[in-house]
Amino acid sequence: MKYMFSSVMVLLLIAVMSGCSSTGDKQEGPVSIEDKGTSADGGVTTSGAAGSGSFGNSSLDDPNSPLAQRVIYFEYDSAEITMDGQDLLVHHAGYLVANPTVHVTLEGHTDERGSREYNIALGDRRALSVQRILELNGVAPEQVTVVSYGEEKPAAEGNSEAAWRLNRRVELLY
Amino acid sequence: MNRYYRWMFLVLLLASSTVPAALTIEITQGMEGAIPVAVVPFGWSGDTASAPENMAAIISADLNRSGRIETLSDGDLIAHPTEGAQVKFQNWRMVKADDLVIGKLTGNADGSFSVQFELYDVIRGKQLIGSSFPASRDDLRRVAHHISDLIYEKLTGEKGAFNTQIAYVTTSGTGENKRYTLLVADSDGYNPQTILTSNQPLMSPSWSPDGRQIAYVSFEKKLAEIYIQEVATGSRRKLAAFKGINGAPAWSPNGRQLALTLSRDGNPEIYIMEVSSGALRRLTSSAAIDTEPVWTPDGRSIIFTSNRGGSAQLYRVPVGGGKAQRLTFEGNYNAGADISPDGRKIAMVHGNNGNYRIAVLDLDSRLMRIVTDGPLDESPSFSPNGSMIIYATRAGNREVLSAVSVDGRFRQRLSLQAGDVREPVWSPFDR
Repeated sequence: MKYMFSSVMVLLLIAVMSGCSSTGDKQEGPVSIEDKGTSADGGVTTSGAAGSGSFGNSSLDDPNSPLAQRVIYFEYDSAEITMDGQDLLVHHAGYLVANPTVHVTLEGHTDERGSREYNIALGDRRALSVQRILELNGVAPEQVTVVSYGEEKPAAEGNSEAAWRLNRRVELLY
Repeated sequence: MNRYYRWMFLVLLLASSTVPAALTIEITQGMEGAIPVAVVPFGWSGDTASAPENMAAIISADLNRSGRIETLSDGDLIAHPTEGAQVKFQNWRMVKADDLVIGKLTGNADGSFSVQFELYDVIRGKQLIGSSFPASRDDLRRVAHHISDLIYEKLTGEKGAFNTQIAYVTTSGTGENKRYTLLVADSDGYNPQTILTSNQPLMSPSWSPDGRQIAYVSFEKKLAEIYIQEVATGSRRKLAAFKGINGAPAWSPNGRQLALTLSRDGNPEIYIMEVSSGALRRLTSSAAIDTEPVWTPDGRSIIFTSNRGGSAQLYRVPVGGGKAQRLTFEGNYNAGADISPDGRKIAMVHGNNGNYRIAVLDLDSRLMRIVTDGPLDESPSFSPNGSMIIYATRAGNREVLSAVSVDGRFRQRLSLQAGDVREPVWSPFDR
């Protein structure tokens, strides 16, 4: 009797679980990647104006270093980098030139307004603007990866300008 | 032994709780001049005391959701006929029903069911439709939606879109525990089925024209990639994983190509990909953002968003390439287009004075009509009969879905009990 009851439970369990996955909740289906020749650089020619190199000793861990600031903010619907942002990026470029084995990921983000795929494109343009400045300051293209999350990963929650200005950003992730 | 049972119960509970919650629908803005129809509870004969589905309730909810038909309240149902011989038209004229729906559900000995229904014109005292369908238990809701489609088409002259589905994305949790789920549900929000879950963003679902596959963007590898997945089996394949953006997939009307946005050449541009071979052709070329392609129903043009003129606006370009023509001129932001199935209207996110609402542009008259209130509306998607637009909006701090009639007069909200819902896309008719 005890045995029978537990078998019933197991059957029930299987039924419930298979019910959940009856539409084929597969994380990894038969996946075939068709990678048709990704062209490497973003059409940007590096000018070789290698930064001053004086940041070679700066540590990413030093909270007083400019390198501790790793977010560039943007105006609404703009991918233009402010003068402050440019100054900060020169510091980061100097560090990357001095440490050619170091890699940085540029994550582009937007605020929540407007359509999602447009925001993916806008976030991409923001990250590409940052990439361009880094490369103009001598950073090798191989050191930089760009990804845009658009409005999908806000830094601040909320539907006001206070939150939106924090979300229009590119994060430098070492 | 006791502990064992408790453990089993807990597992059962957890397993059951992963069955996704249904969307609940609430009509938020009514429509005047709807056709009054009485839908009488169906008769039931079978082994059990009550019918396995309340067919009349499903049909009634469908018809009310259209905004063009309003069903009588239960209190106004003065009689409960289940076949034509029992109908006294005079009574139904008294409660001001223009039309009457009656029917019967029968449970057969072999476990199958039969559904009979009749639609009457009360004014003329005449039968408009009489039909019966065999059905399995699992098909009953679908049969009810099919009956709603038949009634709707007979009374309005427009094809019904009740027997269709909606794909959408939900999110729950925060931070590390954030979950993104891609689901498919019936058009009334019932029967939600998870087709993918991830702890990274899922975006931009797009139905294939036969309704069998969905293309979408997944960040599961911390990069944007486009997959196509069979809805029924869950099997999928990766279609695009280039450097940069892999976004905004849109099926061509013949299902053989996918328009998509890639930034692999250094800037977001629109490309056309052959689904079978993966062969790519670049369609747009500007220094600005080009994204969010949609195909016109004739398969000849692509409508897309570009900020080449300084702000986001909609443009149209021949599929073979050529000069892009600007379509929108009102407002400082027009993006995220969807085109009506007849190709004559474009729904879009329309931004003006910091307010983002859904607008519909009539391509013949060039008139633009704002059909929602904002302030943060997005992702419009036409129903396959072109009568409604489903879109994402906010209710307080929550993301919910709404559907609005194309003229903006009738509106309803679809929400989850918990969590956020976004990016609704209405399925095509045939599946």
